[in-house]
Amino acid sequence: MREVLEGSQAVARTVARCRPGVVCAYPISPQTHIVEALSVMARTGELSACEYVNVESEFSAMSVSIGASAAGSRAYTATASQGLLYMAEAVYNAAGMGLPIVMTVANRAVGAPINIWNDHSDAMAMRDAGWLQLYAADNQEAADLHVIAFAAAEELGIPAMVCMDGFVLTHATDVLELATQEQIDAFLPPYSPAQALDIENPSTIGTMAGPESFTETKYLQHLRFLDAAGVIEAWSERFRKAFGREAGGLVARYDPDTLDRDGDAPPASAEDLAVVAMGSVVGTLQATLAPMRAEGLPVRLVGIGAYRPFPREALKAALGDSRHIVVVDRALELGAGGVLTGDVGRALAHTGSRIHSVVAGLGGRPILEASLRDAVRRALADELPALDFLDLKAGGVPEPPVGATEVAR
Amino acid sequence: MTQVRIHGRGGQGVVTAAEMLARAGFLAGHEVQAIPSFGSERTGAPVVAYCRFSDARLRTREPVLEPDVVLVQDPTLLGPARPFAGLAPGGIVIVDTTADAPWVREHAGAQDADARVVTVPATRIAMDLLGRPKPAAAMLGAYAGCADHITLDAVQQVFRARFPGAVGEANAEVATTAFAHVRGDLYTRDDSPEKGDAAAPAGPRIVPQEVSRA
Repeated sequence: MREVLEGSQAVARTVARCRPGVVCAYPISPQTHIVEALSVMARTGELSACEYVNVESEFSAMSVSIGASAAGSRAYTATASQGLLYMAEAVYNAAGMGLPIVMTVANRAVGAPINIWNDHSDAMAMRDAGWLQLYAADNQEAADLHVIAFAAAEELGIPAMVCMDGFVLTHATDVLELATQEQIDAFLPPYSPAQALDIENPSTIGTMAGPESFTETKYLQHLRFLDAAGVIEAWSERFRKAFGREAGGLVARYDPDTLDRDGDAPPASAEDLAVVAMGSVVGTLQATLAPMRAEGLPVRLVGIGAYRPFPREALKAALGDSRHIVVVDRALELGAGGVLTGDVGRALAHTGSRIHSVVAGLGGRPILEASLRDAVRRALADELPALDFLDLKAGGVPEPPVGATEVAR
Repeated sequence: MTQVRIHGRGGQGVVTAAEMLARAGFLAGHEVQAIPSFGSERTGAPVVAYCRFSDARLRTREPVLEPDVVLVQDPTLLGPARPFAGLAPGGIVIVDTTADAPWVREHAGAQDADARVVTVPATRIAMDLLGRPKPAAAMLGAYAGCADHITLDAVQQVFRARFPGAVGEANAEVATTAFAHVRGDLYTRDDSPEKGDAAAPAGPRIVPQEVSRA
């Protein structure tokens, strides 16, 4: 049934239908609507056989999730921005312990300056924490990704973040079709923990590892992470067959002309400028690029679905023979450029590709179709620099006098 | 595609208005999208929300820059919020005020704008029938009264569904009254208290605040 729903409500209802055993979270904008909705469902009984735990901080939220998962329960939480950073120590621990917790990250900038609006700097700060990171292009995918995330995380024994752009998606209302309880019950296997604490058979999860075994432990974690790409792809394909729509996957391909999502779309060709992006800007790019294609401009769109593990091979396959790439990046690596651009660059090493980093939408700056169109036109005309800040206000940044950035020693 | 921008203040239900508008548009058979523009603002701070109707799936996430319809829930925003900015030629501007269209144009600096200005005393209607300064249903009722993108019936349906019971019914009546107002049956409740008194909410009556014309 197609219905009109706020993104957060869609996520909350889908998570509830995944039958978590424990939901634990601490409110922080722009994630709050999700856990508020889940708490209402816990009270009304729509979310049954689930313990909803109120805690006093994000650190506790992740710690309770770890405890719940280690005790053999399907565990879910959600956070954003400073909340994610506050739980950082426990985020790493969940991955190191192999606990398949699913967490929604309603992507939000990280202060200072304090800013409640969207960019990807929060999840990027956790890029090496050992979690899967799946990015939603729209609210339909945000809801659907949670089903795939539970399935993939539990098969792998690796926790998963489902990243959705804060406010842009969480607070937007769209026409959506939610997976029903029956569909999810048929799709998502009941949680069968690979490891669970049991007082009859005592064991330890998360022991100390000294210099004699820490490297090997990390190596094994690395090998498991290498398995993740195949598992994510397989569950996404099963989802497409079961639900008749695409969600998840490592890389999203788009029809060259309609810009509709299409896994069977051909790779980009040598004449094409390829625009790579992840998150909700993909929707704005679909709207922007379709008319440009109609004008005859050689431009293609590739979406990053899984940022961790980074889908090097799938990205190279989608880019085909294109060697001219624009990465629209919603997080900044200070002194370098876009964070995603760094990953794309590493994936395309030794391919002779020209890569532009367009840093856009930081701290909630709206990403406009006209600005994207301008950046693409400049790239096609060889006028786009290697690093560009979209809609940077002229004169908005005080120009330091020449030499002022050099510190006398 | 029809694009709508809603101006108001925190606490007036601007975001709710955009969502209700999207729901009403969906009932009318459109693909819809509502985008609130949140600040870390408090009650009373200016808030903007957007809504789109289309026959094709909506994919863009950019804010509405060139609205076909603008709803202004608070006339004190006519100057600072620049509600006529980007308005499509011949676009509709619906303003919650007891004043008239020339007054709106003057206070918005839009004397010569190519626009259809519609005024409706939305907050006054809401205060009379709902007892609270929540003009959203009146604004959407007025919208249904001057354009065929949504229907009054759909507006009533979505408010009844969102606020089951007395509040939903009162909002439905608010929408009906505002609809009738813009259709020419001017709202005269304050001038003629005998009209429609049966619908007055129980409890102390709050006198609607008159808009300052200073």
